[in-house]
Amino acid sequence: MADLIRQSPATAAVPLTLRLALRDMEGITRRNLLRIIRTPQLLFVSILQPTIILLLFRYVLGGAIHVPGINYVDFVMPGIFLEAVLIGGMTTALALAQDLQAGMIDRFRSLPMARPAFLAGRTLADLIRNMLALGFIIGLAVLVGFRFHNSVGACLAGIALIIVFGFALTWVYAAIGLAVKDPQTAQMAAILPMFVLFFASSALVPVATMPGWLQPFAQNQPATVTINGVRALFQGGPVYHYLWQSMSWSIGIGIVFLIVSLNLYRKATA
Amino acid sequence: MSYGGQVAVAPMIEVEALTKRFGVTRALDQVSLSVGAGRVVALLGPNGAGKTTLVRVLTTLLIPDSGRARVAGLDVREDAKAIRSVIGLAGQYATVDQLLTGRENLELVGLLYHLDRPVYRCRAQQALERMSLVDAGDRPVKTYSGGMRRRLDLAASLIGRPPVLFLDEPTTGLDPRTRNELWELIEELVADGTTVLLTTQYMQEAEELASSVVVLDAGRVVAAGTADELKDRMGGNVLEIHVTHQADLEKAASLVAGLGTAAPRVDAEQNKLSMPVKGGPRELIAAGRALDDVGMALEDLGIRRPSLDDAFLALTGHATSSVNGFRTRTGEADG
Repeated sequence: MADLIRQSPATAAVPLTLRLALRDMEGITRRNLLRIIRTPQLLFVSILQPTIILLLFRYVLGGAIHVPGINYVDFVMPGIFLEAVLIGGMTTALALAQDLQAGMIDRFRSLPMARPAFLAGRTLADLIRNMLALGFIIGLAVLVGFRFHNSVGACLAGIALIIVFGFALTWVYAAIGLAVKDPQTAQMAAILPMFVLFFASSALVPVATMPGWLQPFAQNQPATVTINGVRALFQGGPVYHYLWQSMSWSIGIGIVFLIVSLNLYRKATA
Repeated sequence: MSYGGQVAVAPMIEVEALTKRFGVTRALDQVSLSVGAGRVVALLGPNGAGKTTLVRVLTTLLIPDSGRARVAGLDVREDAKAIRSVIGLAGQYATVDQLLTGRENLELVGLLYHLDRPVYRCRAQQALERMSLVDAGDRPVKTYSGGMRRRLDLAASLIGRPPVLFLDEPTTGLDPRTRNELWELIEELVADGTTVLLTTQYMQEAEELASSVVVLDAGRVVAAGTADELKDRMGGNVLEIHVTHQADLEKAASLVAGLGTAAPRVDAEQNKLSMPVKGGPRELIAAGRALDDVGMALEDLGIRRPSLDDAFLALTGHATSSVNGFRTRTGEADG
């Protein structure tokens, strides 16, 4: 009897294979997508926000800003596209803080699932949501006069660059959500990186018009190099310099915050 | 620790000198206990006693500072992954996804237990039937009542058919009728030999469900045994006085105070006063005489066996919430 009890756990525990880990991730992704679909109001607001920014810079402020050598609508849209992806990341932080507070993370952590699969399922679902939001914003941009002036391949590469950058940033938001633990705080805290990355960048005005002390940061920060790269891919111009810088930032940010998030998840307590 | 009549089998839960600190607070202080296979043990204690902390350590959610803890023969530090395959956890706060349907919740947990799809689909259906949730199975959980949510949570913890089940305050916040329903379900479920550790603030729950009780207070085990053993440890009886007018409570308490082995406990909401006494009839008659001398109006006066509630008070020096939810005021009792 004693032997039977001691042995039963060993036979019950299925070794965690990559196949099972991927299946866990798929299950969690599906759960998160269902949650996104069933809170359409959140989805709506996260698309409405970049829509307003887009219309604001196209029709209210755009007339006063002149960028030499390019139509302002073509100049500003890559930045707006990036912002649409950054705003989506805020919901990543919010959703994780909610899961933590509701006790969902306790349940998942007590299950034999692969732990990274929980976070990957979150960021993947948000990646899919971001791609849909981005599709909508690009369509809207074209309606208000934005045009691609480059090959289809280059334009698709530009869109891919935005998506990769957005996915890397999702891991930053995941870490924020797990670190602050409270949904309201998560939402407020998640605005900060968006503000710095979006406004102190080449998204809205050329960096050369900014004060000298700000230029070194604004010129080299990840959002700027990504926007410059995307702009070059959409409109033509030298691109490789920006491309490898943006990719390096995205991969670096992604890996660092993946590790940070996993560590926070391992110790997560509401 | 040994329980009466238990066959010597390997314990399913073994805890030795477990300590967990949060800052300067010792949430668990040298806690030791052991639960035999197929036993149901209630961890009884007030809020902040360390019940949930112990459950979190045993379910691998929290790493202890020192001491040893084994579940199904597996160490919580070294074999955490293996432990997760053999345990089920139903939390204090119904940890089911509000936006998913009952069925989606169960199927997701089944998938994450690494069951095959036909298996978890079938088990989810069975669980819905068993928990009387078939009609609500395809509705989002946010439309469920509190009791339905707890039943679903319980079902989710059982999808993996775990040999060890942890129930952290399974009925806290439920109304008495729903609580009784849930107790019946838990009794059914444990009848098939699952080892259960449940935490509760309710004496009645511990008595109803558990074969033995471990009393936890301020992170330490203050007593362990069957409910009867704990009551017997009190010795003697309890004198109970039910006064007609609430204003008389304090006066009655002072009149009979000298007769008991501890200070009288006053329940203002029920106009009742109870006090442990060594003997029985002598104290009853003395109390009756003293109260009659001042002409106090009484509803009832009697002697009864100590309840687990009284035992808990004697062991810890303070009361926990009683099952009916009335607040009890306590004197400086000592056991």
